[in-house]
Amino acid sequence: MPATTEELLARCVATWCAGATGIANAARLSGGASQETWSFDIVHPDGNIGTILRRAPIGYGAAPDRAAGLGAEAVLMQQAYAAGIPSPRVMHVLSPADELGTGFIMGRVDGETIPRKILRDEKFAAARPKLARQLGGVLAKIHALGLPQLPELRRMTAASEIGELERDYRSLNWPRPVFDLALRWLRDNDPGPSPEVTLVHGDFRHGNLIIGPDGVRAVLDWELAHFGDPMEDLGWICVNSWRFGEIDKPVGGFGSREELFAGYEAEARRVDPARVHFWEVMGTLRWGVMCCGMMQRFRSGPDHSMERAMIGRRSSETEIDLLRLLAPRHKQ
Amino acid sequence: MQDEPTPTELIQAVAGFLRNDITPAISGHNAFKLRVAINALDLVARQLTLEQGSDAAERERLARLLGKDASLHDLNRALADAISKGVIGLKTEGVAEHLWQTTMDKLAVDQPNYASYRRELEVKKN
Repeated sequence: MPATTEELLARCVATWCAGATGIANAARLSGGASQETWSFDIVHPDGNIGTILRRAPIGYGAAPDRAAGLGAEAVLMQQAYAAGIPSPRVMHVLSPADELGTGFIMGRVDGETIPRKILRDEKFAAARPKLARQLGGVLAKIHALGLPQLPELRRMTAASEIGELERDYRSLNWPRPVFDLALRWLRDNDPGPSPEVTLVHGDFRHGNLIIGPDGVRAVLDWELAHFGDPMEDLGWICVNSWRFGEIDKPVGGFGSREELFAGYEAEARRVDPARVHFWEVMGTLRWGVMCCGMMQRFRSGPDHSMERAMIGRRSSETEIDLLRLLAPRHKQ
Repeated sequence: MQDEPTPTELIQAVAGFLRNDITPAISGHNAFKLRVAINALDLVARQLTLEQGSDAAERERLARLLGKDASLHDLNRALADAISKGVIGLKTEGVAEHLWQTTMDKLAVDQPNYASYRRELEVKKN
């Protein structure tokens, strides 16, 4: 009988964690067929160590074309940690001898990622007014990471991202005049190549940020990291879809653009608000197209989940947000 | 002619049963999925109630904007193409109003609690 994931993890941990006597509380958290997240504790005489495994099981090595790949993610997280960016500590990068597939093991960071809790629970009341400024500072540090030390990543421009979005939208073969309006606006308002090319996190928003009562504790999920216009990250976190009802607080439903920008500029970096606005429009459309993609995956299987189907019906949310951005009926 | 109760009434009855009788008995991930399921049934009930009226009005607006009649799908395709090519845009008379009305009608079915939608409804009233 082949070894279970738990047995393989215990064997793996023993090779690099001195004193470890085994593992406990292993539980699979989430993910689809191609990528898994596990939580487990390393049993150690000095006290258990909470850890997270992120891996692509054997046979699922190839990342989809947009993904940086788990190897690159591990390096990015290590670099972020070394630069003082709130980040889990990468403890081990999987090797073939581990027989666990590709991926890495990192320290587990306590905190919350569920937006509604972060935006409503009393526990986070003191953190909320500080978050936008803090996150501006975190983004500035991410954008300041030196390119030569980073892994190879895709190089994206506004024009190439418009092209990909348009291709994805056309492949859905379902007319959505508001999406065409947004694509046309993006083409007409493309600010051109960024004067500066930096590391872009690519998915800096609720869900990928661990928040504690003291503020941001860790940046997760570098899967969509690439090189490009740093203003993209600032625009993406302002997309209305991540405000969870708090629509007058553009940054994640907890803060203002001014606070985000002030935190960014306090780290000796400049914000270009017009570019940020451009990327907010792009991000809104991107989430809309992604919702439609969920619906397509629901139809084509193998995951005919009701949740996927219902996410398809959320694309109209991005249509009203695009109209509020591009054809406002009143001052917002 | 099919008999009563109507599909809307049946779906509402099932959603009510799931909401009132089953929800208290379920916990964990299945409770989340049950909520999604109830939302789906509510959405279908809203669509069955609202779709005919909004589709007819949308088709009329599109026919006027494009100067031709066709199926709702083909008219939407034609508008999307014209916008993409820049032949029609927000400056074209009636286009912004049409896109707004169509989008509001979609949200009324898909997500009537979405904050942007509720805000736009309020603004329209005032």
